[in-house]
Amino acid sequence: MKIGVPKEIYAGERRVATTPDVVAQLTKLGFEVAVESGAGTESSFSDDAFREAGCDVIASANDLWAKSDIVLKVRAPESDEVARIRSDQTLISFLWPAQNPELLEQLTASGATVLAMDSVPRISRAQKADALSSMANIAGYRAVVEAAQHFGRFFTGQITAAGKVPPAKVLVIGAGVAGLAAIGAAKSMGAIVRSFDTRPEVKEQIESMDAEFLMLDFEDDEDGSGEGGYAKVMSDEFIKAEMELFAEQAKDVDIIITTALIPGKPAPKLITAETARSMKDGSVIVDLAAEQGGNCELTVAGEVVVDSGVTVIGYTDLPSRLAAQSSQLYATNLRHLLTDMTPEKDGNIVVDMEDELVRGATVCKDGETTWPPPAPKLSAAPPKAAPEPAPVVEKEEKPRSFLGTAIAMAVAGAALLGMGAVAPESFMSHFTVFVLACFVGYMVIWNVTAALHTPLMSVTNAISSIIVIGALMQISSDNSLTMWIAAVTVGITSINIAGGFAVTRRMLEMFRK
Amino acid sequence: MNFESIVPMSYILATVLFILALGGLSNQETARRGNWYGITGMAIALIATILGVVTAQYTILLVALLIGGSIGLFAASRVQMTQMPELVAILHSLVGVAAVAVGYVNFMDPTEHLTGVELTIHDIETYLGVLIGAVTFSGSVIAFGKLSGRISGNPLALPARHWLNLGLLLAAIWFGREFVLQSAAGGGMQPLIIMTVIALLFGIHMVMAIGGADMPVVVSMLNSYSGWAASATGFMLGNDLLIVTGALVGSSGAILSYIMCRAMNRKFLAVIAGGFGTGGGAPAAAGGGEDQGEVVPVDPIETAELLSNAKEVMIIPGYGMAVAQAQHTVFEITKTLREKGVNVRFGIHPVAGRMPGHMNVLLAEAKVPYDIVYEMDEINEDFPDVDVSVVIGANDIVNPSALTDPDSPIAGMPVLECWKGKTSIVLKRSMATGYAGVQNPLFFLDNTRMLFGDAKATLDEVLKNL
Repeated sequence: MKIGVPKEIYAGERRVATTPDVVAQLTKLGFEVAVESGAGTESSFSDDAFREAGCDVIASANDLWAKSDIVLKVRAPESDEVARIRSDQTLISFLWPAQNPELLEQLTASGATVLAMDSVPRISRAQKADALSSMANIAGYRAVVEAAQHFGRFFTGQITAAGKVPPAKVLVIGAGVAGLAAIGAAKSMGAIVRSFDTRPEVKEQIESMDAEFLMLDFEDDEDGSGEGGYAKVMSDEFIKAEMELFAEQAKDVDIIITTALIPGKPAPKLITAETARSMKDGSVIVDLAAEQGGNCELTVAGEVVVDSGVTVIGYTDLPSRLAAQSSQLYATNLRHLLTDMTPEKDGNIVVDMEDELVRGATVCKDGETTWPPPAPKLSAAPPKAAPEPAPVVEKEEKPRSFLGTAIAMAVAGAALLGMGAVAPESFMSHFTVFVLACFVGYMVIWNVTAALHTPLMSVTNAISSIIVIGALMQISSDNSLTMWIAAVTVGITSINIAGGFAVTRRMLEMFRK
Repeated sequence: MNFESIVPMSYILATVLFILALGGLSNQETARRGNWYGITGMAIALIATILGVVTAQYTILLVALLIGGSIGLFAASRVQMTQMPELVAILHSLVGVAAVAVGYVNFMDPTEHLTGVELTIHDIETYLGVLIGAVTFSGSVIAFGKLSGRISGNPLALPARHWLNLGLLLAAIWFGREFVLQSAAGGGMQPLIIMTVIALLFGIHMVMAIGGADMPVVVSMLNSYSGWAASATGFMLGNDLLIVTGALVGSSGAILSYIMCRAMNRKFLAVIAGGFGTGGGAPAAAGGGEDQGEVVPVDPIETAELLSNAKEVMIIPGYGMAVAQAQHTVFEITKTLREKGVNVRFGIHPVAGRMPGHMNVLLAEAKVPYDIVYEMDEINEDFPDVDVSVVIGANDIVNPSALTDPDSPIAGMPVLECWKGKTSIVLKRSMATGYAGVQNPLFFLDNTRMLFGDAKATLDEVLKNL
């Protein structure tokens, strides 16, 4: 199939959806790739570089759209582009279907298959196609570079012949992918970095980057983790305490980088105008949430404003300002997605709606809107789904083994009925308990993560020494032989109880992030 | 207080706590709490039984509890993480012994006198409890011996071993009938003893016939048996707590065995029947003798260079890492590389090591953070992006012939496809084959480098040069 990559027409957009390196890899998957002439100019990929990578360079956008089976883009299609889409085409780009319902309607009406890179589900397997994380990473880095550009001093502290230079203090609010990238960049430039996040589980991540995690002096242990590893809206008291913390920090730090976003909600206003103005002259605020309304009250989306000596940067196109890097990462994300969709490596994509990754990203197909996808419930540590059953080999044997299963079930059924005919009631009640317990065990054990199989064995071993109850029932016997055997049994099983639980505890202590 | 109803109530509480304990293991965060649920459940059950059921011999009881408990705690605090499989195996044998002892005592000194069908059922329950207990006991002892190296890990292949097993099984059934008949007439001790001996022999023979590579299955199977033994004892005593707990443990072990078998693409029965390469598979194993070409050796200094120049490193540990106790050095290397910005991850095959989850425990002991440790299914497709894979003392789990050679004894077993990466470095003592006795074409590939020597010593050398 032919992949076409048009030049982005959104004003100021410098990125491109593929790079010469990625073209080579896509060709290996069996695709033919064409780019619009000049598509990569802004991100430093010349037409010649694309030609060398084995790519067709087509002069007009119209031709390119007409010749392509799959169109890769960065920005959501503009109205001109929507008009060009045919029903047999597949479009992959950022789309933001929640914010652009009309666009989604138009695309659905066109009958084309559309995958939104922003809707790739947050599951481990999909990480390689997670363009949001790639772009957030770049935005975080670029935020620090922008801050450095507008900040009049060094980041790192120095003692020179001309006097002592104090290090810059940077506060990063929200330690998601962008926040962590900002921490890393600021840290490597030598600044003192502090960070705050409502989700307590990121404390360790912040500290692993050598930044200081700001603790909130707040009574309730409120956990800000929402679904899918994103943050959620916090209570009023919490926000108040949080704002006080920022107000206090603002007087001390030189640079504030805010990255606080809550999915589907306007960005929380964390830095009031007053707080911002209380910063030292020459301080810089970079607001990564500018597009969603901004975390700072002074932010003007897309612009740099100076208010009372404080520079507030509200650029909404930070990834595009690092176009070569963003294009390369985005193109690789796209390639991973395409690899996933090309199981035969023959250049033909399959939109497999059973595949969680593809299902999540697909927003419309065959004239039907398929967004939003059924939600995969995931938090930072996803519960392991039961491993997929049946490798190919087993399938071939299926007819025979089905017969086998049927016979086995018939025999088991007959045996149960036979037993039921003669067994006394007391036995039946125990048997009911037994069968139910087997099923409870079955359900519970499948959820155990593979990494914990050894602790599982030692803990089940410990609890199977519940057999000690049997010995305890016998130890009070008048018969001394009985009593002694029972006593020894109690001794033996208590080795097991103590040993089993203790060793499990020891192992579990070792599992850490 | 009325202990009559408090005891069953406590048992229900203990049951619920045990289920929560197992449920807690679904992820690392809740696992510790799960263990505490287990301990609480056990304590409640014990205290309720001691207060409500036991009427005499408190001193002996407490002494036995204290002695046993201290031995257990001592063993648990001393055991090395590499020896965990042995410890688990020997602990299983204790449950087996307890089941046998409780069964015998109950038969010699019954608390209630039954007649007719009830007696028959009770006898069958007793018989089964002792049978499973005895198999668990002797099987676990042999497994312990094999895992700790006291007994050779090679499968013992007696001629006609399947017939032998069948004979033992039939004998056990026949003596069971005798036992029920004689018990109704007031006797029955003799067939019970004979059966116990048969069961012990059966357990020994069963585990002796299983090769070292199949040990994860054996350990989880014995885990399952110890549960069924407890369950059978519960039926015998009419105690629901024992039945439920036994069933939980039994199904847990059974599921683990199933997972392990699937990870090796083998049928459960084939593993139990013992020995690798049964039947037609054997000649193919001999293919190891063929000349497959030259291997390219590498020294620790070059290894260190390769690692520092890589962006993506995948470490694949196997039993060899456990034997050489190299996990701490591995983590030091990981730390150093990660500080240099190299993305180091771990790929764990489900049957790496000698019991389910063995590698995870070792890495956890060395403080490797668990979010860089991945299961085979999670990372297998990432190998094309990996610059350097380091295979430490693993062999069969990285053998490409499992996918390419349909005659291979391990054909169809899912393996870690490290050869798809740019370079693989294989740490190995010598060119000897793994437990499956199969030669590994990976070693002869152009992009594979062999680093010979003891894993710990060579890795220390690599670390020095990083």
